Amino acid sequence: MKQRSLLQRIIGAPYVLWAAIFIVVPLFIVAYYSFTDPNGAPTLANIKNLGEYGPIFRDSILYSLAATVISLVLAYPFAYVMSRKREKTQQIMMVLVMLPMWMSLLILTYSWMNILERNGIINTLLSKIGAGPLTLIGTPGAVIFGMVYNYIPYMILPIYSVMAKIEPSVLEAAEDLGSGGLSKLYRVILPLSMPGVVSGITMVFVPSVSTFYISQKLGDGKILLVGDIIERQIQAQNNYNMGAALSLVLMVIIVLSMALMKLFAGDTDENLYV
Amino acid sequence: MKKAIGNIFVGIIYFLLYLPLLVMVIFSFNEGRSTSVFKGFSGKWYVELFTNSSDIGIPVRNTLFLAVLAAVIATVIGTAAAVYIYYVRSKTWKNTLNTVTNIPMMNPDIVTGVSLMLLFVFVGRLVGALNSLNFFTLLIAHITFNIPYVILNVLPKLNQTDPHLSEAAQDLGSTPTEAFFRVVLPSIMSGVTSGFMMAFTLSLDDFVISYYTTGTDFQTLPLFVFNMVKKPVKPNIYALYSIIFLLVLAVLLFTNISGAKEKRKK
Amino acid sequence: MKKLLSILLAVLMAAVPVSLSSCGSNTAIESPRATYTRDLAGTTVNVFNWGEYISDGSEGSLNVNKAFEALTGIHVNYSFYDSNESMYGKLKSGAVSYDVIIPSDYMIERLIKEDMLQPLDYAKLTNYDLIDPQYKNLFFDPDNTYSVPYNVGLVGLIYNTTMVEGTPDSWAIMWDEKYKDNILTFDNPRDAFGIAQFLIGVDVNSENKADWDAAAEKLKEQNKVLQGRVMDQVFAKMEGGNAAIAPYYAGDYHVMKSNNPDLAFVYPKEGTNIFVDSACVPKNAVNYEAALMYINFLMEPEVALANAEYICYASPNTAVANNPDYEFYGDEILYPTEESRPVCEYFHDIDPEIRSYYEKLWESVILDS
Repeated sequence: MKQRSLLQRIIGAPYVLWAAIFIVVPLFIVAYYSFTDPNGAPTLANIKNLGEYGPIFRDSILYSLAATVISLVLAYPFAYVMSRKREKTQQIMMVLVMLPMWMSLLILTYSWMNILERNGIINTLLSKIGAGPLTLIGTPGAVIFGMVYNYIPYMILPIYSVMAKIEPSVLEAAEDLGSGGLSKLYRVILPLSMPGVVSGITMVFVPSVSTFYISQKLGDGKILLVGDIIERQIQAQNNYNMGAALSLVLMVIIVLSMALMKLFAGDTDENLYV
Repeated sequence: MKKAIGNIFVGIIYFLLYLPLLVMVIFSFNEGRSTSVFKGFSGKWYVELFTNSSDIGIPVRNTLFLAVLAAVIATVIGTAAAVYIYYVRSKTWKNTLNTVTNIPMMNPDIVTGVSLMLLFVFVGRLVGALNSLNFFTLLIAHITFNIPYVILNVLPKLNQTDPHLSEAAQDLGSTPTEAFFRVVLPSIMSGVTSGFMMAFTLSLDDFVISYYTTGTDFQTLPLFVFNMVKKPVKPNIYALYSIIFLLVLAVLLFTNISGAKEKRKK
Repeated sequence: MKKLLSILLAVLMAAVPVSLSSCGSNTAIESPRATYTRDLAGTTVNVFNWGEYISDGSEGSLNVNKAFEALTGIHVNYSFYDSNESMYGKLKSGAVSYDVIIPSDYMIERLIKEDMLQPLDYAKLTNYDLIDPQYKNLFFDPDNTYSVPYNVGLVGLIYNTTMVEGTPDSWAIMWDEKYKDNILTFDNPRDAFGIAQFLIGVDVNSENKADWDAAAEKLKEQNKVLQGRVMDQVFAKMEGGNAAIAPYYAGDYHVMKSNNPDLAFVYPKEGTNIFVDSACVPKNAVNYEAALMYINFLMEPEVALANAEYICYASPNTAVANNPDYEFYGDEILYPTEESRPVCEYFHDIDPEIRSYYEKLWESVILDS
């Protein structure tokens, strides 16, 4: 690689400055609140109390892991098919992937409730053919489904944008390899699309760990995730300290999981880790 | 055959993505006031949107304005940041930057919102402002949570580009700046676009962070919609979103058709 | 792609706002009871209220804020919050100065305790005589110094007559195995605990941890039969016949009933929660005079009527309750008579330690299910 140009050195300045003021300083505020009590006196009580939340942390991680895996499994072939369309179609498809998310999450969730309820659309259809009713809403499945629905565009787009770049000839060669070709497909395309996959996983897993609205509504208030607890601490109790401590620990957990992911995915290219 | 299976699969995913929107459009035509019991077909919520004196138009305009502005700024800063991160050589510094980038995503929205509010209040007190929160604090907050998504979309594209491309251009006499705009930028454009799309999307429906960082004079649509915790949303909001939805669809269709025509002419 | 996006955005920016510009006629009241000067025209009043908690001009109703602007020339900056606590959070930070806020009883008690409100000049609130005396001198503002009642609400039991046998008269039905998986409760601790506390006969404002423990045990028992904990979803659940029994606010029952005629409402005999939301002026308000004018305007018979019909909660304003043209005139649920009136308890502001104690219990109740 050539000498870094001046441009390459200063181009990051706005972001570094921005991040320092609006990301790092608030992070210190969070840390400060984590180690103080509501009166501002230093304390470790918040951190000590966290032990009780072990199961909730575990559940949140499991739910978002499930959502991430399902999103990946669905998004990957989707992005692949999309990247093989002609360019104009690709553009339309891309906007169509994002468009549902331009609507209000509240309305989308309400609509899913309408569909999944006991007397909802699915169960009404089932009863017409003499089946059901199924309990869909208020289950872990419903919450995971809600997460997948809400975050899958953030998996599709980065994978697609990387796949669109892969030469068609490479793909065709891999495709033409017939029945035994699946492994080659896996060996050829997957490594090439890895950067997009890593970005996608990050953008689905990280925000879904701290989600709260979906779990409350589709879980019928019976499923409690970290996001709910933090929201309650701050919103209902005005206990910024406990909320901050929970959030800090959540951050540590996520950083560790990302490092773990780097361990698995990072050996192809060190630039991959995002 | 393979193609057909692929298309069916894509079709199913689209169907699931759009199923709740279909429900939304149906209930926007509900004669009753409910969004769960359909009482009969009526266009009254649309008529109402266009005729009554409720102030829904202002939050709609505010929301779009904020989302576009925040997404544009975040895309510029984020793309530049991604290029910078890509060229950074110190591993520690690179890892630090990457981790910091993830923070706004890791924090629950409410923590991001409250911590930014506390920061703005602190600064506001320093300069002696009566209202520490206003449109600009809201904009800053939105840009802050948008940037990581832009970076995460652009970085993989940079990783994919051939580093020799820029060098080749420079060898041919371009300045590094020219090389960047002529060679590097076009090759990462699809990442920039999807980053912009995500940023725009996130801004459009953010409620929690907006609640804590906005002042009194700038209300957005999500603030209006999500603050009805005790009351249900009325179908007029459904009608509003249905209009937005159908408008976007119409534009897509239009550009698709006109694009196809252009192609045929050629 | 750039072209596509810019066309999209241009169309959205241009089409939506223009077409939605306001042009309605229901933006003025006919005969104001008080006199309003235009001395403050050109200034701004910042109002902070619950979402969906004012008549906004939809469905032919009066647009209260527009009407106030038309009358006084004062610009209304209206913003919303979704709970007393989130309002408190923003107010406490000192981030923004609001001129009028409308918190509930216990929150007003806390705000007064923390010296965050300023006394109102009742001489200027000429419509205050319209407020029903039973809502004056309440516990949170015993000398009527800081607040003007805006809305009154009662919690009751809503049930589906096709799914529930007979007429329930006790909160105990929310523990009845017969209705397993058809019972809903509140998704917030104070209201959910309140029901258990009424049922087992414990003070809802108890400062004794053992009382809260007992209520939490009762709530854990309920987990077996509970379909879910809900707030706004209760409308969809009850209207669609997805659940048989739910506690909710009396006024909202009317909304649900209009979508599902099978629903019925009862005040359980053990007693229930009553709340009063009142208008107040925070300490750091800037436009005090305009705030008073706004609060006075909210008590205008026409305005209060429009709000009462829009929000569907009971009005503390006698000009509304005694108006034969009022949609809910003589409604026994919103305005129970001496005989039909249930035992009512206000929630008081609770000691922070007890508060975090029951929040903890609440988490354990949810995790137990």
